[in-house]
Amino acid sequence: MAFADHPRQEILLPVKRSFIALTFIVALVLNLIPLQNVALAAWPDFIALALLYWCISQPQRIGISIAFGMGLLMDIGDASTFGQHALAYSIIAFVALVLHRRLSNFGPMKQAPQIGLILIAGQFIILLTGLLDGSHFPGWDFFLASVSGTLLWPFLSSMLRIPQKPRSDTDAR
Amino acid sequence: MAPRFFRHGPSLLTRLVFFVMLSLVLMAVDARLKYLAEIRQTLSVLVYPLQKLANVPKTLYDGVSEFFFSGHLAEENANLKQQHLLDRGKLQQLRALETENAQLRKLLEAAQRVETKAVMAEILRVPHDPFNRKVMLDKGSQSGIQPGQVVVDDIGVVGQITRDYPWASEVTLITDKDHSVPVQVVRNGLRSVVSGTGKDGALELRYLAVNTDIQEGDTLVTSGIDGVYPPGLPVAVVSKIERNSTYVFARVTCIPVAGVGHNRQLLILSMQTPVTEIPVEAIELKPESRKR
Repeated sequence: MAFADHPRQEILLPVKRSFIALTFIVALVLNLIPLQNVALAAWPDFIALALLYWCISQPQRIGISIAFGMGLLMDIGDASTFGQHALAYSIIAFVALVLHRRLSNFGPMKQAPQIGLILIAGQFIILLTGLLDGSHFPGWDFFLASVSGTLLWPFLSSMLRIPQKPRSDTDAR
Repeated sequence: MAPRFFRHGPSLLTRLVFFVMLSLVLMAVDARLKYLAEIRQTLSVLVYPLQKLANVPKTLYDGVSEFFFSGHLAEENANLKQQHLLDRGKLQQLRALETENAQLRKLLEAAQRVETKAVMAEILRVPHDPFNRKVMLDKGSQSGIQPGQVVVDDIGVVGQITRDYPWASEVTLITDKDHSVPVQVVRNGLRSVVSGTGKDGALELRYLAVNTDIQEGDTLVTSGIDGVYPPGLPVAVVSKIERNSTYVFARVTCIPVAGVGHNRQLLILSMQTPVTEIPVEAIELKPESRKR
């Protein structure tokens, strides 16, 4: 059947503005956790993941301007060149907004590889700006963050959906 | 007025182009000009509490592991006491030497060596940015930290404060690709500038002629010529020299002495007096004014 793997279309409750804000704050805190060596390299970019999720599920409310703002905050936290993350996040938010109708047709598992490609594109932009600034190539483990982000996507996207699930247990079906 | 659903504003592509241009301009301004310090400071006030919050797991972990491994404390305490006795003995000698040095310098009418004051700070966070070698410390302009101050650990130079926020400051490590320290070889007093390479644990001495008298194992200390680094702080040890006569310059690689990148606490030094005064010899003095 053509629609066999199509996710069951649930009618979700509207997302609260405060919940979106909370996810971004939590993502920023998770990005700022002090880590070392391998854990640091493999730590996924939670802000990018949150941005992608909200751009795909709430394209009317979360857009490039919020991506840009989160990028600026991340630049402060990372002590990197001002605008580096802002550029990357703006571009991945744009890609997600363009593809949101297509992506929301897939279940979380099938979205993951496509999300992975967008994450790699975002990291590539950061790498490019770093190289233009005269840095060395930091090594391939730089892209580990995208891999771990891809692996985490199904889990995260189903978790962010929980608060919007309608409480249907009292309703007769 | 159209309902909210039909209002879209500028198209997606227009918005993308706008924000891409804005971030490119920001990057250019931040890299080349120094106008963005205030915006950074304002935004850092927003980020700071989150940074503290993100540090909580680590602080908890440290507390718990300290609790469980407190068996080492007695041993550590004994060792520290012994070290303290040894250091005190040396300090006595040092005081004597210091007064002797001051007297000799007075006799020679040489400038006083600069006294430094130190502030202890803890590393708040090592940024997840493979392009820069920087760390954030938990002391900022509220504790009197200023850009340009030197950061050391117990062995040698670690870096320099490059940005100050109200409660945090940013240290550029000596291994950063844009960072240089004026140094002197201890063995023969050769002056040079050691630069970071952007890789952990590697520095290089650039533009030294192939026939320069430098050996593997030479210790480099700060020369103090720049007026930023106090003289005599250990910086690096020469690890490898490639002398290829087809090139004008030798490739000299050094390893930083200090534990750049694996420390928890660091010292921020502040110079008591500005060193960048014009030397007395440089000003033409009349004989009568010299008598004064």
